[in-house]
Amino acid sequence: MSLAIRCVGLKKTYDGGVEAVRGVDLSIEEGECFGLLGPNGAGKTTTVEILEGLLSPTAGDVEVLGRRWGTDDEEIRHRLGVSLQETKLSEKLTVEETLHLFASFYRTRRDLEVLLGEMGLLEKRASHVEKLSGGQRQRLAVACALVGDPELLFLDEPTTGLDPQSRRQLWDVIRAFRATRRTVMLTTHYMEEAERLCDRVAIVDHGQVIALGSPRELIARLGAEHVVEFSTDGEVDGTALAALPGVKAMHAEGEARLLTVTEPHVTIPALLALLKDLGRELTRLTTRHASLEDVFVSLTGRHLRDD
Amino acid sequence: MIRWAPFREILLARMREALREPEIVFWAFFFPLLLSLALGIAFRNKPPEKVYVAIERGPGAEGIRATLSADERFMAEVASPDECARQLRLGKAAIVIAAGSGLEYRYDPTRPDSVLARTLVDDAIQRAAGRKDARPPTEKTVSEPGARYIDFLIPGLIGMNLMSAGMWGVGFAIVDMRTRKLLKRLVATPMRKSEFLAAMISSRFLFMAVELTLLLAFGRLVFGVEVRGSLLAPFLLGIVGALTFASLGLLIATRAQRIETISGLMNLVMMPMFIFSGTFFSSERFPDYAQPFIQALPLTLLNDALRAVINEGASIASQGLRLGGLGLWMVICFTLSLRLFRWS
Repeated sequence: MSLAIRCVGLKKTYDGGVEAVRGVDLSIEEGECFGLLGPNGAGKTTTVEILEGLLSPTAGDVEVLGRRWGTDDEEIRHRLGVSLQETKLSEKLTVEETLHLFASFYRTRRDLEVLLGEMGLLEKRASHVEKLSGGQRQRLAVACALVGDPELLFLDEPTTGLDPQSRRQLWDVIRAFRATRRTVMLTTHYMEEAERLCDRVAIVDHGQVIALGSPRELIARLGAEHVVEFSTDGEVDGTALAALPGVKAMHAEGEARLLTVTEPHVTIPALLALLKDLGRELTRLTTRHASLEDVFVSLTGRHLRDD
Repeated sequence: MIRWAPFREILLARMREALREPEIVFWAFFFPLLLSLALGIAFRNKPPEKVYVAIERGPGAEGIRATLSADERFMAEVASPDECARQLRLGKAAIVIAAGSGLEYRYDPTRPDSVLARTLVDDAIQRAAGRKDARPPTEKTVSEPGARYIDFLIPGLIGMNLMSAGMWGVGFAIVDMRTRKLLKRLVATPMRKSEFLAAMISSRFLFMAVELTLLLAFGRLVFGVEVRGSLLAPFLLGIVGALTFASLGLLIATRAQRIETISGLMNLVMMPMFIFSGTFFSSERFPDYAQPFIQALPLTLLNDALRAVINEGASIASQGLRLGGLGLWMVICFTLSLRLFRWS
């Protein structure tokens, strides 16, 4: 398998000294869907824009589709599809006119009828962009990225701010693109999105990759696949909790305690017994599968989203 | 190398966007017409205005009133001294005459109409009293078509419109696209810089042709302003002017990151030309030491060339020096823009 993207020792320091990217190495194979997952300001967009040839790195080596920025720009651009974060397309153009404009730049062009159909925009083809909903705008932005029939698709926060239905529609579009064995690189701060779409994920924090692997592997690295979250009417000693059977990790979030456990059916009865002995009342108890969010929390002690 | 398809699509997109924006259509096409209509009416050629004379009530006042009223150049009224003083102060009366024992003229020597009134009034009164001309003159009055204010104004408005529409149409549009990250999105495609810039500037040609046609036709139909030379000449100048100001707009927009910045820069660049370049009044009115600067401004070059071909029927060849000046501005601005341009 050849590599769609290869970067080594990528660094970007902005004027003013902000170190947005501090040494990122990535190797992304052809046909892979790769996700950069991290909180806002982690350096995801800077990394992606360097890979897209829109920013030049302060240091490091980048190869995209086996070519380099600075020598083969136009050749690479013909084979890339890009959707940036927050591009405002011209409000007064129709969906179809916008796609014609973007199509005119490329050597190979998708059939617009088929593309509009795939993106669920056939009925909106004659509508001005200003009349589109958020989800439709985002699908149009992705359609503009697909119009040149790219081998490699970059999507920067493709579903941020969308309602759940629009998000699912876009996921279907991305899955359909992947099904043609082409490469996708997306950034997101939704762990669910990364888990559902990506073959591999790089978790990024403070400009560095802090974990890399398939979503399953990363969750498996926690050593336990379930999370038991509970609150009580008073203090409970942490060491007693950590000593419960099946508990791999424990941390507090305000009033709540989170236990990462291998088998909830073993841990929960023991937990209830412990609380009874201590004379504490449960005010809340939930269990769920561990997610990439838990991976991020266990690595950084913080949450992906601060909103 | 500019590929035809991207060039055409960007150009088409620009035209569609502009024509679908009612404000742009209004400011580009109708505002100049309204302005020329308003100014043309305000400064239309009127029969010579009467000189308003206030005469202080008293002995001899009625006699002077009768003398002046017999002459159609004067409007004379007798009033109380207070009223006369008030009218002079407000500028309604050009001069106050007090005829008691002698004859007294009261007027402000810094007011041109008062100075004129003093001469005319004195002449009429002296003649009525029996003064004879030592050397009787003959008179011949001349009213040259093409020398009215509206004839002066229409070419100036065309020039001003080419400037503001060119600069806003290119400069503002580019900064708007930059703030919307649309420029950055375009760079992420295989579109070439030259295709984009050429299409942006070319979009000005089509608008220019419409603007110019409207203003010339309007001036002709409403005010009888004639193009005395070849009709082709103003359009050739329009092309050069549109290119020059599009390049200037491009240069201003190379780095500006915000709409506020570009608006400020636009005003900074255009304001001196609005004032000095002879749009509403002749640039010759400014002192000699300022003339080298004023004559080098692109709008002065364009306005003077437009007046020469429209009002005086000059050939386009005779405007070579001015065209050369505009060309120099264009080349400098465009070259600098290509070097300095930032996509994001």
